[in-house]
Amino acid sequence: MKRKDFIQLSAMGLGALVLPNFAFGNPVDPSRFLNDGIDVKIKKDLADVALNAAKAKGATYADVRIGRYLNQIVMTRETRVQNIANTESFGVGIRVIANGCWGFAATNNVTREEVAKAAERAVAVAKANSRVKAEPVRLAPQKGYGEVNWKTPIEINTFTVPVKDKVDLLLSVNDAALKGGANFVNSAIMAINEQKYFASTDGSYIDQDIHRLFPTFTVTKIDRASGKFETRKSLSSPVGMGYEYLKARPEDKVGGIVTRYRGRYDMLEDVQNATRDVEQKLKATSVQPGKYDLILDPSHLWLTIHESVAHPTELDRVLGYEANYAGTSFLTLDKWKSGNFNFGSKIVNVVADKLQPGSLGAVGYDDEGVKCGQWDLIKDGILVNYQAIRDQAHIIGLDHSQGCCYAQSWADVQFQRMPNVSLQPGKTPLSVNDMIKNVEKGIYIIGDGSFSIDQQRYNFQFGGQTFYEVKNGQITGMLKDVAYQANTREFWNSCTAIADKSDYRLGGAFNDGKGQPGQSNAVSHGSSTTRFNGVNVINTARKI
Amino acid sequence: MPILTKEDAQQLLKKVLAFSKADQCEVNIFGSNSGNVRYARNAVSTSGGNSLSQLVVSSAFGKRLGVATINEFDDASLEKVVRRSEELARLAPENPEFMPFLEPQQYGPETPSFVEETAAVDPKKRADMVAASLDVARKNGLVAAGFLENTAAYSAMMNSKGLFAYHTSTNVRFTATLRSEDGTGSGYISKGVNDVRKLDTGAGTTIAAKKALGSKNAKALEPGKYTVILEPAAGIVLLENMFFNMDARSADEGRSFLSKPGGKTKVGEKLVDDRVTIYSDPWHPELPTSPYSNDGRPMEKTTWIENGVMKNVFYSRYWAEKQKTKAVPGPDGAIMVGGTKTLDQLIKETEKGILVTRLWYIREVDPQTILLTGLTRDGTFYIENGEIKYPVKNFRFNESPVIMLNNLEELGISERTISGESNQEAMIPPMKIRDFTFTSLSDAV
Repeated sequence: MKRKDFIQLSAMGLGALVLPNFAFGNPVDPSRFLNDGIDVKIKKDLADVALNAAKAKGATYADVRIGRYLNQIVMTRETRVQNIANTESFGVGIRVIANGCWGFAATNNVTREEVAKAAERAVAVAKANSRVKAEPVRLAPQKGYGEVNWKTPIEINTFTVPVKDKVDLLLSVNDAALKGGANFVNSAIMAINEQKYFASTDGSYIDQDIHRLFPTFTVTKIDRASGKFETRKSLSSPVGMGYEYLKARPEDKVGGIVTRYRGRYDMLEDVQNATRDVEQKLKATSVQPGKYDLILDPSHLWLTIHESVAHPTELDRVLGYEANYAGTSFLTLDKWKSGNFNFGSKIVNVVADKLQPGSLGAVGYDDEGVKCGQWDLIKDGILVNYQAIRDQAHIIGLDHSQGCCYAQSWADVQFQRMPNVSLQPGKTPLSVNDMIKNVEKGIYIIGDGSFSIDQQRYNFQFGGQTFYEVKNGQITGMLKDVAYQANTREFWNSCTAIADKSDYRLGGAFNDGKGQPGQSNAVSHGSSTTRFNGVNVINTARKI
Repeated sequence: MPILTKEDAQQLLKKVLAFSKADQCEVNIFGSNSGNVRYARNAVSTSGGNSLSQLVVSSAFGKRLGVATINEFDDASLEKVVRRSEELARLAPENPEFMPFLEPQQYGPETPSFVEETAAVDPKKRADMVAASLDVARKNGLVAAGFLENTAAYSAMMNSKGLFAYHTSTNVRFTATLRSEDGTGSGYISKGVNDVRKLDTGAGTTIAAKKALGSKNAKALEPGKYTVILEPAAGIVLLENMFFNMDARSADEGRSFLSKPGGKTKVGEKLVDDRVTIYSDPWHPELPTSPYSNDGRPMEKTTWIENGVMKNVFYSRYWAEKQKTKAVPGPDGAIMVGGTKTLDQLIKETEKGILVTRLWYIREVDPQTILLTGLTRDGTFYIENGEIKYPVKNFRFNESPVIMLNNLEELGISERTISGESNQEAMIPPMKIRDFTFTSLSDAV
């Protein structure tokens, strides 16, 4: 995809981290999505062909991923449909260890002969690479699970919902924005179904059916007289759910300064609120730079957690494998080994989790056949763990992988990707209102905006969607031109209050990017509303 | 599938079009052979190669468009993909912005973008090139991570109105980061070429090594406004955000940095310093690009900013028709006219300033002004009385390229560089800029 197309997506807030993988696959008639794909017995047979071929050529370990990836995107602007894309991609990726070194090969020609040839190619690559590899691969032991399966627990398969229903929903969302006074509105629904079959020489045959959905919009309002314009993005989040995400119930709505959503989402209601917000944003007061207490809503805080906690605890970054691109990490092994590196204040507890229902990272097994679980990353403010896969586990003294291996498609090699990484809610009852009551000079931020962080994850800057000034415990009005800058460790040590679990919600992204060539990964981050004291806020207004 | 010759591509596309029953049909074909090696911690971590071919068939009935793709090329598959695009077109809603496919166009001569020697790069050559880089790292006691990728590609298109276009290209991209064992120094090199003979990975890695060794034990300077010299790799990631936003429609709609109060735009007005001229030219010997755009429009030499005046913006065919103007396609490679001085001369003539070798994690903070934020990375140095005095800790900046080009002090010699953010390439000079806004310090190395 060209950067020009990327701009079109990012105008809608879709190009946030890297490009999503929608360019991948062949366009198909959506009715094709309802086919079941090939039978699991045939997949097992093909997998065994690959595993046997790899072993026969000298592989000491092999795994096979037979993947069918379905994607649908419906994009609209104002009164018209811009694009409906339905794509399907099917193929096999084979990874092996030979001579102590990894090799990988993939093919979209899924026959017994071609799969065997690909396995042989993977072994040849491993043997070629072994001439320059310093240390042999050490895999954490993994028992075979036999024939097992896992499915995202969905109520309505998005791919069974007619395209017309999706178009009608989006055009009604656009209509509501235009009627409310917006000048422009873009909206989209994106759906992903990963049908993945994994088999390895450990004796696992794992069949998984994974669903993800992301409805989103951006409303734009222009003040022609001043030439100024403002936008407000949807407060939805991408989810590991079916189309039921778009059927919000009263208990899914979080009241307050603007309605936010827990579990399910009301797109029509949110666009009406967004249209009012964008009008208010044009009239908002430009912020006075300085130190403020920040009250960060989960619709905003997920991105700060993603950048400043989830990325620096990726073990491949810590070890230097991403040094030439995404960067390394300030959370070096010596800090972890010390057992007393205070990442944050005592109330900061961060958990890695591959099970959370409704999250993007939830799967039964990762892409190297490890059953998923959850573990602590930050415990009572102290760094206690990282995110590791099978060939890294020994480096942090583990006898098992944490199940963080993922590849964006059958054609890409799997590597360490982040699980859901979430801030745990406060242990004592605390509402958002009670949190705000104690703030003398603060800013309450809702929704994610501009974001940037350095290559070791020390210094960051974040914007947002809407900003409310808090004075002496009261919300007094809307601010604009707000961005906050902080050092990760100082920021998390300034965390003074976390709302209780009744406020806990997930945010996330379809398109977290890493690797060369780049791959994207879908991940969620949960939190309750959280307060950080005395954070540096800058004013971003300029004149050109 | 190999790189098809012009004649073979023409024959294949004719065959595909013969299956069409739509009102209009257009066929694009893309093919590439590429290989890569990734290394980290002074050893190869992954390597791969692929050969990709994709045929894209667009069929239209009235204003309904269907697009289907396939990567198999037997007659049955070709007919199947045409039928599928027609089925999808029948299912699609009418697109009021659909434009009929173009009549045959006149394109300029083939651009010098394909080099046989690059197409012939094999795994051994790649391994040798990486070994040369690793050798420099080990000799300097540094830890290298890098990525080398070479590609040979072709594209062709034909439609039912008789349009035909064909283009081939080769490309090699090399990036490497060298770090000191103790993690206190870091240096970077990036280089993109069409001709592999112009790429010396050892020499490139030596520059990165010099920066890594020179950036150890950096001192902290107070954030604030500084005179900076931006190396081309740092300049491109700021300027490309201007290029991407030179879109006529968003300017006309009032939601771009080129929009003005009252619904007008800044096109035709003075925008930046007089010395700024930016154009694109598919036949530029240092940065050749395709002579046609994906929708078949001829790519011409186009001036975007001339002596500081915003001369041209790019149009979709739909928007150009609506605005009754020429549908100028966006540039594939921007060329900023430079001066005659080398980077070293710019440094020598600087009393006090900061040399920025790379910028990273660039994000738009405000689209109205293209205010960008991001950080310096992999070697930032303090200059005093014409000399690099010492390395400085990395800064976060908040700056707009439009403001920056109004604060221009001097331009050096323009050179081809790769954006570490978008992977796009451009010709950018080293730029000396006054009052560049650093807003905080970073501990990152």
